[in-house]
Formats: sequence, structure tokens, C-alpha cells
Amino acid sequence: MTQPGAQALPRIPAGRRQPFHSSWQVKLLALLVAAYAVYALGQLDFSYDRFIRGLDNGARFLSRMFPPSYKNWDQLLTGFIESMEIAVLATFFGVLLSLPIAILGARNLMPAWATWPARLIVTLCRAFNPVIVAIVFIKAVGFGALAGVLALVVASIGFVGKLFMEAIEEISMKQIEAVRATGAPFLSVVTYGVLPQVIGRLVGFCTYQLDANLRNSTMVGIVGAGGIGGALFAAFQRFEYDFVLAILITIIAVVLLGEFASNYVKRIFHV
Amino acid sequence: MSESVALAPMSKAWQRHTLRQKMARTALWLVIAIAVMLSLRSINVIWEFLWDAPEQMMDMGRRMWPPDMAYYPKTVHAALMETFHIATLGTLFSMVFALPLSILAAHNITPHKGLNLFAKTMLVSSRSVNSLVWALLFVAVFGPGPLAGAVAIAFRSIGFVGKLLGEALEEVHFGAIEALKAAGATQTSQILYGYWPAVKPAFWSIMLLRWDINIRESSVLGLVGAGGLGMVMNAAIDTFQWNRVAVILLTIFAVVVIGEVVVTFFRRRLI
Repeated sequence: MTQPGAQALPRIPAGRRQPFHSSWQVKLLALLVAAYAVYALGQLDFSYDRFIRGLDNGARFLSRMFPPSYKNWDQLLTGFIESMEIAVLATFFGVLLSLPIAILGARNLMPAWATWPARLIVTLCRAFNPVIVAIVFIKAVGFGALAGVLALVVASIGFVGKLFMEAIEEISMKQIEAVRATGAPFLSVVTYGVLPQVIGRLVGFCTYQLDANLRNSTMVGIVGAGGIGGALFAAFQRFEYDFVLAILITIIAVVLLGEFASNYVKRIFHV
Repeated sequence: MSESVALAPMSKAWQRHTLRQKMARTALWLVIAIAVMLSLRSINVIWEFLWDAPEQMMDMGRRMWPPDMAYYPKTVHAALMETFHIATLGTLFSMVFALPLSILAAHNITPHKGLNLFAKTMLVSSRSVNSLVWALLFVAVFGPGPLAGAVAIAFRSIGFVGKLLGEALEEVHFGAIEALKAAGATQTSQILYGYWPAVKPAFWSIMLLRWDINIRESSVLGLVGAGGLGMVMNAAIDTFQWNRVAVILLTIFAVVVIGEVVVTFFRRRLI
């Protein structure tokens, strides 16, 4: 029903795709994903009445969590102080170690014989979850905070090392060339040519890593590597769910505070 | 910026930072030094254990060698598939919940301070609680098993996906949205045809990244009884069968490498 005087819309030329058109591949993929979800739910013996029972359980669970109990506040405090100590030490030593590794691994500064071992170290550090690394270190150094620190140092090398390496590879080589042209030794090239170009991003990575370590230090305690995680796990096993909630609230608060602090640090270095 | 400092009399030497910036930086270095010193002094660590560590590691290595490969087809493979299902289903669940939350969190789509704050609080709480802790909670709710693991992974991922997606939505260029508004598009159409195409690449890359992380994380959830490889590993560690632990560690390493390859492949295809 075209109105008189209205021109027919120009047809979309053959070679051009219509906007917002989803191809059959996309539709097929969506279908496959949906089919997979149903299949996997079956594999995990998910059933409707189990879900309903779970919700019942959940309601009971929640009612036992409220109100949070700060009765054992001294336990909470010692656990948190230890968690923070673990996070601080792990970030400090992790960053300290990942600096040389990242410089060794940067392909624009170093020959191949130096880059591939450094890259291998970083990949190995990234491959395993901190909890698994913590278990290995518990075997090596016994239960307690040291295993937690070592596990998170490894995690920090994996994260900061990788990102810092990539940041170094993206720098402009002109400044490096200029510093080299003055006859500067390698260490001066790094201090005056490389670091000023990446320091802002490095600060960002470090503050992020401190955040991540703070969060993870609550986790490594579950396997016995010190920090608040131990108290959390014990509270679960003793069914003291109100204390669990108190710990969780404190974790969230501390992580939020950490986020504010890292924003502040970034402002100081105006990143 | 700091460059504006040197505009005063020409005779003055150029200085990179103002006095305040210098003081802030010095204070920050001091805080870091004090935090590290305090942590080193007060952390509950027996340093002698650290010197003993290499020997203990060697001992563990000897116990792990040779890996008990016959163990893989018996038990590890089933656990591996379970881990895969937990990670993938968890990622899919989190997608369902994170989409609405990210829309609520983006202040340009939802111009309502209260709703933004609500959504952001939900996202922060989801992110601050580690997946292992979520798993503890859901094991208490659903009972031990992979279902608890999948839900835990989903709850941990919601915050991550929601935060990154919300930020991506906030960065969408206003022009396209204004054009749609001018044409009289409803809010739904604006999201479907204005925001969605703009954030689609970011969305898929966030989901892939999270899936990759979830594969790693779901391999340890079993340590608290939430199914997957961790459960098998826990059993092996508790019975000191280190050559079985070695098989599981090798499996996790292989999965991480394969996951990285798959993610790289899809990233190139999708984005």
C-alpha cells in the first residue's frame, strides 16, 4: 500500500549485508549452546525438585546467617591482619621479582635466549590457580602464612609479569635509541629509556594486584595457608553461619576500601 | 598536569613535579616501606622453614615421579569433563544475570542514581567474594556436588562480567543513541540497535576471558566439595598419592593451555 508520490525504497544491493541481520552460523551456534546447556545440566544431575529443595535450604541458611555475629571479633581481627600482611608481602616481592623477569622477557629489548625462559616462567606462574600453588607450598614450607605469601608471589609474577612484559613491548624505541646513542649502559637504558614510558601502567598493575592478592589471601586460608580463610572455613564446619556472614561482610568492606586506596594511589602517580 | 609547573620565571630550573606531588610520592613510598616492614616483623612465619623449602620440593618431585598415568582414564577424565561443564554452565548462567545488572549499572542507560548504586553494590559483592568461598556457601545450600560448583562460578562471574560490560556500555558513543531517539525508538530498541552492536565485540571478549578464568577456577572448587578435578585431587593429597596428584596437575596444565588456544582462536574469529 504505497502512498501516491512515495518513492520505492532503494533496494539493498546484492553484495551488501542487511544491518542487524544474524547469519545462520550465529543461529546455529546459539542453538548448539542451548542444547549443550541442557545436556550439561543433565550431567550435573540438576533437577527441578533438587533446585526447589536447594532454595528451601538456602532460605534456612540465610535465616541462620542473620544477624551477623561479631562475637568472635578478636579472631576476625587477627585473621584479617594476617590476610593483609600476606597481601602486602606477596605484592611487594611479587612485583620486585616480576620487574627483572618482564624486562628479560620483552622481545624488543632482549635476544631470544633471554626471552623464552622468562616467558616460560611467567606462563608457568599463570597456569595454576593460587590455591593449587598454595597446596604445593604447604607441602614445602608447612601450614601457615608463609605458604600463602609464596603462593601469591607466584600469582603476582604471573599477572604483573605478563602485563608488564606486554607494556614494555609496546614502548617507543626512539627514546631507547636516544639513550643508547649517548653510550649509556644497559641499566641506564632501562632506568631512563624504558621505565618512564611504562611506570604509569606499572602502578596500575600493582594496585590491581594488591587488590587481587587481598581477595585471594582470604582464599588461600581455606587450604591452610594462613589468613582469614582459615577462620572462614572453620566457621563453616562448625555451622556458625552468623560468623560466616560477619567475615564475608568484612571481606567486602576491606576490598572496597582497597579499591578506594588504589584509586588514590593512581591519582598520586596521575595515571 | 605536571608540565604546567615550569611556567613561572625562566631562571628557575625546570622541575617535573610540584612540591605537593613530591610530598605525596615520598609519603606513598614511606607507607609502602612501613607496611612491608611491619608485615615482615609481625607475620607469623617460621623463616627456617623457607630454607628447608628446596629440599622439601625436591622430595615432593621425587614422590610425584613417575606420574600414575593409569589413573587418568579411570577417574581423572570424568572429573575433567565435570570441571568443563561447571565452568561453561557457570559462564552461561552468569551471562543471564550479568546482562540486566550491567544495564542497571550503566548510568547512561539507567539515569537513576538509586538503581545504579543498587546494581553496583550487587556487582561488587559478587566480585569481592572469592569463587572458593561462594562454593562453600553453595555446598551448604545444594549439598556437595558439581551443581554447587556451577552456581558458585556463576555468582563469582556476575560481578566480573557485569562490571566490565557496564563500563563498556557507559563508553558507547552518544551519536547513534541520539539518532535512534530522534527516530522515536523505544528504550528496548535503543538497547538492541544502539548499545548492543556497539558493545558486542567487548561482550564476547569479556565472556571468553571469563570462561578461560572459570576453567582454571573450577579445577580447584572440588577442594571444598563442589565437584570437578579438585575433588579427585583432594582425595589424592589426603592419601599422599603424589604420583596421582602429578597426573591431575598435568591435566590442569594441559587444559589451561588448550583453553588459551581455543580462546585465542575464537577471539580472532569473533572480534
